[in-house]
Amino acid sequence: MSDDSDKPAVVSRLSVQKRGFLQERQIRVGLVIALLLVFFALLGPSFAPHSHEALVGQTYGEPSVKAWLGYDYLGRDVWSRVLSGGQSIIWMSVAASVIALVIGTSLGVAAGYLRHGFDRAVVWLTDVILAFPDLILVLLVVSMLGRDPWLIVLTVSIAFIPGVIRLSRGVTLGVAEQEFVEAARMMGYSRRRILVREILPNILTPLVIQFGIMLTWAVGILAGLSFLGYGVAPPAADWGLMINENTPGLMIQPWAVIAPIVLIALFALSTNLIAEGMTRVNAQTEGQ
Amino acid sequence: MAFPTLLIHHLPTKFAELPGWVSWVVGRIILGFSVVIVITLVVFAATQILPSDPARVILGPEATLEAVETLRRQLGLDKPFIVQYASWIANVAVGDFGVSLDSGVRTAEIVGSRLDNSMALLLYVLAVTIPLSLWLGTVLAIHRDSKFDRTVMTSLILIKAIPSFVVGLALIMIFAVILLPVLPAVSLLDPTRPAFLQVSYLILPAATLILSVTPYLTRLVRSSVIEVLDSDYIAAARLRGLSEVVIIRRHVLPNALIPAIQGIALTARVLFGGVLVVEVVFSYPGLGDALNSAIQMRDLPVIQMIAMVTAIAVVLINLTADIFTVLLTPKLRTAHQPTLRPGTRAAIKMKAGL
Amino acid sequence: MRFLFSKNRIESNQADNQQSLSISRDATLVDVKNLRIERADGAVIVDDVSFSIKAGEIVGLVGESGSGKTTIATSLLGYVRKGAAIIDGEIIVSGMNIRKISAGGLKKIRGIFAGYVAQDPAMALNPLLRIRVLLSEMLETHLPDLSVRERAQRICEVVQEVGLPEEDSFLDRFPHQLSGGQQQRVLLALAFITRPNLIILDEPTTALDVTTQSHVLETIKKLCSRHHVAALYVSHDLAVVRDLVDRLIVLYAGRIVEMASGASFFDNPRHPYSHGLLAAIPDISHRKMLIPIPGHAPAPGQRVQGCGFANRCARQREICVSQVPALITDKESVAACFYPIDTKTPQSIRASIEKKTVHTLHPYRRQSLLEIRSFTAAYGARPVLFNVDMDLFKGSCTALVGESGSGKTTFARALVGLGADVGGRLVFDGSSLPIVAEDRSQDQRRRIQYVFQNPYRSLNPRRTVGKTLLDAIYHFHDITPAIARVRMLTTLEQVSLPPTIIGRYPRELSGGERQRIAIARALLSEPDVLICDEITSALDVSVQASILQLLQTLQSKGLTILFVTHDMAVVRAIADNVVVLKHGNVVESGPLKAVFDNPQSDYARELINQSPSLSKPNNSNRFVQGERI
Repeated sequence: MSDDSDKPAVVSRLSVQKRGFLQERQIRVGLVIALLLVFFALLGPSFAPHSHEALVGQTYGEPSVKAWLGYDYLGRDVWSRVLSGGQSIIWMSVAASVIALVIGTSLGVAAGYLRHGFDRAVVWLTDVILAFPDLILVLLVVSMLGRDPWLIVLTVSIAFIPGVIRLSRGVTLGVAEQEFVEAARMMGYSRRRILVREILPNILTPLVIQFGIMLTWAVGILAGLSFLGYGVAPPAADWGLMINENTPGLMIQPWAVIAPIVLIALFALSTNLIAEGMTRVNAQTEGQ
Repeated sequence: MAFPTLLIHHLPTKFAELPGWVSWVVGRIILGFSVVIVITLVVFAATQILPSDPARVILGPEATLEAVETLRRQLGLDKPFIVQYASWIANVAVGDFGVSLDSGVRTAEIVGSRLDNSMALLLYVLAVTIPLSLWLGTVLAIHRDSKFDRTVMTSLILIKAIPSFVVGLALIMIFAVILLPVLPAVSLLDPTRPAFLQVSYLILPAATLILSVTPYLTRLVRSSVIEVLDSDYIAAARLRGLSEVVIIRRHVLPNALIPAIQGIALTARVLFGGVLVVEVVFSYPGLGDALNSAIQMRDLPVIQMIAMVTAIAVVLINLTADIFTVLLTPKLRTAHQPTLRPGTRAAIKMKAGL
Repeated sequence: MRFLFSKNRIESNQADNQQSLSISRDATLVDVKNLRIERADGAVIVDDVSFSIKAGEIVGLVGESGSGKTTIATSLLGYVRKGAAIIDGEIIVSGMNIRKISAGGLKKIRGIFAGYVAQDPAMALNPLLRIRVLLSEMLETHLPDLSVRERAQRICEVVQEVGLPEEDSFLDRFPHQLSGGQQQRVLLALAFITRPNLIILDEPTTALDVTTQSHVLETIKKLCSRHHVAALYVSHDLAVVRDLVDRLIVLYAGRIVEMASGASFFDNPRHPYSHGLLAAIPDISHRKMLIPIPGHAPAPGQRVQGCGFANRCARQREICVSQVPALITDKESVAACFYPIDTKTPQSIRASIEKKTVHTLHPYRRQSLLEIRSFTAAYGARPVLFNVDMDLFKGSCTALVGESGSGKTTFARALVGLGADVGGRLVFDGSSLPIVAEDRSQDQRRRIQYVFQNPYRSLNPRRTVGKTLLDAIYHFHDITPAIARVRMLTTLEQVSLPPTIIGRYPRELSGGERQRIAIARALLSEPDVLICDEITSALDVSVQASILQLLQTLQSKGLTILFVTHDMAVVRAIADNVVVLKHGNVVESGPLKAVFDNPQSDYARELINQSPSLSKPNNSNRFVQGERI
């Protein structure tokens, strides 16, 4: 309705320059927390006062100067286990999200660009997978095939793939009908080139945001899986597993549960902050 | 011979008189049905590759190999996959998933009562979440970018990031154990009374699920209300001097609620996943808790039935949401061939941050 | 005193509001003084704007995109869009100060005193509500005292007045079930149903086809004169307002540059910008040389000190860049210029224009470069084109004209191989040309190029201009980077763009610049045929003129052009041959002069007659002359 809304006027380079992701506070906070946690998980084991498997105290021993967070249900040092237990959830959530992103985007972009039969088949397939809630799907598979970390990662990514397919297909359909893609077709550019140069760069932003969302979800699912007792096998140190092991003693020695809970929540929060921040920056840039 | 010919002759004209959405709905139902068929195949095939042998589970480790073989034959486990599937699906079609390997009770009986309990829980959750997020989302949209909006949105992000079992444990610590020991930490439902009425056991599990779902729906409602508020027809309605109440009630909300329908359907998947964990946390005797113990016991028929029930529920919910969307959108309802714009659901998901 | 009078009337007597005639005949309805509107970031959208509207007067508010015309129009109703605010000045409407008005007062202004008609009718109607609900909602809100019967009667009346079908079933339709013209009439009905004294029309016909446009304009005129309603008509199109308005306000960069009565403005524009506009607009009544205004209008936030137009003005002197010229009344018009154009100048310039136009017309050439035979196309089961035959003659400019839904874009796209379900035979330069782009030889693809309508979507937003252009060069020519660069720079010069542009992304460019890049991309493959699909319809008139000028230069160097458009005036300005398309059929074709001076088909005649003109009396005028008091 407004003649000003679609102004063609030249705007200076700076004023239309996309707001950088790093300028958004939420993203900065999220990144800092995420990086701190990654360092914590990576370097933690070498700073642990005890081996994560060593029985050094009494069952559910209370926090003291010697053991900052007390002892767990077997009498192992909680602080040492917390320091050693972050790696699996971090690498597994990242790996699951990356795999889902790569496979889902390939299928989704292909479906959106090729359309017709392939598109219908892919969408129908996503309907089948989407009928199973993430956690139930993962639980079913893991309970049947065992708790190998890579198997868990693959199953989580399978649960995510339909979402990525739907998203990338949707944005691809939107981009593919734009004139610059038709211009490329008309010029006779090859299909691969059109996909790689014209379409892919234009659908990246929503996919990156989706990646952040998936990370948060993956943390939730992996932690939930551990909590239910299907995650990493004991006696390994793992934040999710620690919650599962020590919940019975929640009332005697809550720190054995609270510490891993706080770390998992922080990690999920950091990825979520990043995803949210990117969504906001994206909405602002598109609103211009 | 005469009858089919008659049908062929009359069907097209009959169909032409019906509104376009009827044939669309029929098509969607057929598609949904095909998805269900594949789900049965997947569930059956998946449980077949279980490393454990049902006959061995029933008879226990002491039984002789011979006895196990006999039982396998009796159970039809030696027949080819297709035959097994056919006889299984024939029973499943009438709701018969067989007998629980663990307790020997009919699967439908176990699952049936558990389903009732989970439904009671979900009903409470939806009864709170839907009005709450509609109200909150709309209020936030109207006051967008205000301090109130930013505070609530940030808290929603915080809540959303925390896995639901963590929320559950936190609620237990706060309300049942440490601070205010007023509510039961464990849901010891009285099986002789409907779960629906035993409110005190429902509060904490329901609150956990509400906290995990409300952020998504609220965000979705907020962003679709904002989209409508920014539309030309709302500007035009304002310029016609209509009161703000009329504009919100009659022009904004109906338009913003249509995407919310799809959003509610999308959260169903989150809810069903959440129910599993939350029921375990609170030992609430629902489907999720049953599935968890069935998996531990390798109780195949129960696992199959719960997986099927959940999957079919998700398919039905999505189908219903699609039908409502078409019926409530005049442009789709009156169209000759209604088509939901491709990518609509993906966009809604993105808006909700799912 | 007049304000007081009308204020009392409105506040004490609201049930009686429909009797608009009780306002004295030439009362001032709207008085705007020194209005200044800024965006939240401090960019000035509108500055120092003062004007008034008298009862029954039709005022045109004209400007190019970004000039602030819509902002001013809606501010009269106390509405500024999100992120903008009225910073300074006074808006008195019906005796009430809009900036200090109560909610109740605003409701009266918006609903009862003034009506508003938005630009894009498809977007301005709530898709979920039936027409009847929308109309009765207005009565329920603003005239709650009407009985159910009176309400139904009022709806019936207004529906009839705006020329909508009176059947009951029509009122039960949803907006999407109406044509664009009908939707716009519904908006008119919504605005007129409370019998306002003033109506604000924001480009009400821009989204409509020519024939529909002329009928809607006619209805607007009729309604205004019958009910003695004043109107503020916002438009970018001088030809449309020419016969409609009593008075004209020209905006440039958020300021008023000229105010004049309709007649004196077109005979004697005083401001160099007005003058430039008139020279840049093609006229359907005769072929004329279009003279573009160099440069482009500054966007809010980019405006400079002094006269906003100074950097595009040939008459610019030192004072123009240091001081803002005030509006100076001179004879019949008011212009904000230190050196307004005096009466004699335009005629001499006009004479030189006429001389230049004498003939750039190419003879109807006989050598066909692209033969199109029995061309058909369909969208699924729905046929769009029926056996279209056409020839593109070497070195000529052929215009393909049609209204929306005529299939013209489908046809143009099919020619470059971008269609599905296309049938027919193509012969290009003596050899057969496959239908689908992918089946054509590299050389065939190179020789036929296409420029898209929307310059905002035809360039990859994630690639710099230079990369987009180099892609095209390397794709068709096997040359070294150094030569490619030289070619790119030469072509940029040809389309009047600076070499610095190659590092930019499309979003940093204006619409006109983007369209030039799109043309440059096409030219880099050294085509023989250039197909232009409505390439100027998203651009302002002054920019359009420069693009059309560029096309004419290219044509003089031997390029064959197919120009697809809905705008008959543009056709008149550039085409050698014309093909008129209606519902997928060719209804008329031939040399320009033959088609325009002596159209054989009723449809072509209607298109030509209904198109608004800058010089000949508009057709629609005849119907209303009698009714105007």
